[in-house]
Amino acid sequence: MSLMIEAGQKAFDLGVPIAVHLDVTYRCNERCVHCYLDHDDHGEMTTAEIKSVLDQLADAGVFFLTLSGGEVFMRRDFFEILEHARRLLFVVKIKTNGVMIGAAEAERLRALNVDTIQISLYSHRPEVHDAITKLPHSFERTVKAIRFLRDHGLRVTIANVLMTANLADQSGAQKLAADLGVHYTLDPTITPMMDGDLSVLALRIPGEELEDVFRNPALVPNQEEFCAPPKPPSDADLEGYSCSAGHSFCYISPYGDVFPCVQFPLPTGNVRRQNFLDIWNGSPQMREVRSIQARDLTTCSSCSHVSTCTRCPGLAYMEGNMRGPSTADCEKSFYRTGVPTANMLQQGLSRPRTTAPLVQIRLAAASA
Amino acid sequence: MPDIYIARSSAIAARILAGEMMIMNSADSTFFTLNEVATAIWQAADGRTPLSQIVREHICGQYDVEAGQAQADAEQFVADLSHHGILLVSDRPFAPQASA
Ligand code: SF4
Repeated sequence: MSLMIEAGQKAFDLGVPIAVHLDVTYRCNERCVHCYLDHDDHGEMTTAEIKSVLDQLADAGVFFLTLSGGEVFMRRDFFEILEHARRLLFVVKIKTNGVMIGAAEAERLRALNVDTIQISLYSHRPEVHDAITKLPHSFERTVKAIRFLRDHGLRVTIANVLMTANLADQSGAQKLAADLGVHYTLDPTITPMMDGDLSVLALRIPGEELEDVFRNPALVPNQEEFCAPPKPPSDADLEGYSCSAGHSFCYISPYGDVFPCVQFPLPTGNVRRQNFLDIWNGSPQMREVRSIQARDLTTCSSCSHVSTCTRCPGLAYMEGNMRGPSTADCEKSFYRTGVPTANMLQQGLSRPRTTAPLVQIRLAAASA
Repeated sequence: MPDIYIARSSAIAARILAGEMMIMNSADSTFFTLNEVATAIWQAADGRTPLSQIVREHICGQYDVEAGQAQADAEQFVADLSHHGILLVSDRPFAPQASA
C-alpha cells in the first residue's frame, strides 16, 4: 500500500477530513451545455470569509484542497485566496477551463507550487469543444493555457466529460492530451441542473456505449481484471462503506454550504453560521452518511456487484434514497461485466434503465 | 561538527495526521510521513534554533534516547529531507522570511 493510500485510510478510519473540495464561485465565462450550475452570484463568500474557512480547514486537518467553480479566475481575488491556501501548506489542486490563464498566470501558479491543474477540454476539434462551451475560440485559449502551464513545469490533467455531443471525439481528445504531454481523465457522469431541470440528462451517452468505453484498452489497460464478473461479497465487504464522502472528504459551496460531496447535495450546515468542525463532527446528516455500511443498503446489499461497484451514494440520494442503488453505477457494473445487477433483477429488466430521475441541489434549500 | 540551522521549505505541503506529519513535495511528487520524533524536529525547524538545541529540547527532553544517538539520527533525517528539498540547511541562522 502506498504511503498516500495509507494516510487516506488512516484519515477515513479516524474521521479526519483529509480532503475538501471548495467551489469559490459558480460564475463562469463558459456556458457548457452539460453544466448543472446556476452561474449567477447569489452572494458568494467574501475574500475574508474564504480565508477564515481555509484557516478552519487547516486546523481540522485538511491536507488536499481542490479549488474549483464555476471558473475560479472569475474571482479577482483568486490569487489572494490561493496564496493564503499555500501559506497554510495545503496540497492545492485547481479545476479551471484555462481560458484566463496566460504566461503570467502560469508563472504565478508555478511560484505558488500548485500541485495539479485540471482543465476541462471536450474534444480535439475546436468546433466541437466551442459548441459545448458556447464560448467562441475557447478551444484555442484552453489549449494555449495547457501549453503555458506545462512549459512552466506544472502538472496538468485534461478532464473530458463524455456526452452525446463529443462521443465520437474521445480518442482524438485522448491523443491530443498525449501530444501535449499531459494526463487525461474521462467521466461519463451528467447530473441535472441545480434548479431541477432534467433536460441536460438527454446529453448522457446511452448505456450500451459504455461497453465500448470499458472494452477500450487505451482507456482501461487491465481489461481482464476490470471486466471480471464480481466475486461473492465477504462479511468484510458488507461492513464496508461506499466512499470517502462524509468520512474523510466533503464539499463547500461558494455560499458556505457544506455537503458530503460535490455530487451529494444533502445540506449539512453552513460555514457562515457554524464552525467547520462543528458541522463535520456534529451535523446529524453527516453522521448519518457516515453510519451507512454496505449491509444497510436496500437493494445493493443483496447485489453480487456490491464489493466492486462504484455506487455513488450522492447519485443514489439524488434518486431519492441515499441507501438505495445508483442507476448510473448499475449501468456501469452491468456493462463492465455483463452480469445483471440486483436493481435490474428487482425491476425485471434485462438491461439497466438509462436515465434515472435525479434531483439536484436546489438553491433555496442549499443556502437556507 | 559545527552547528547547523534548519528551516522548512515553503514550496511543500504539510499537515499533521494523528501525530505524524504528512509532507508532499509537488515538484517531484514525493510524499512522506514523518514519525513522531521527526515531526517534532520538523515543527521546531524555525531557521533560527541550532539543530543541537532542537535535539536537546524536543527529543532528549521528551523521549528516552541517548543524546549522541539522537543527534546522529537527527542529522541523518535532516540530510534526507534536505536532499528532497523539504528542509533547508545552513551553517548560520536563516533570515526570518526563509522559514515562512
Ligand atoms: S450494481 Fe446497482 S444494485 Fe448493484 S451494488 Fe451497484 S448500485 Fe447497487
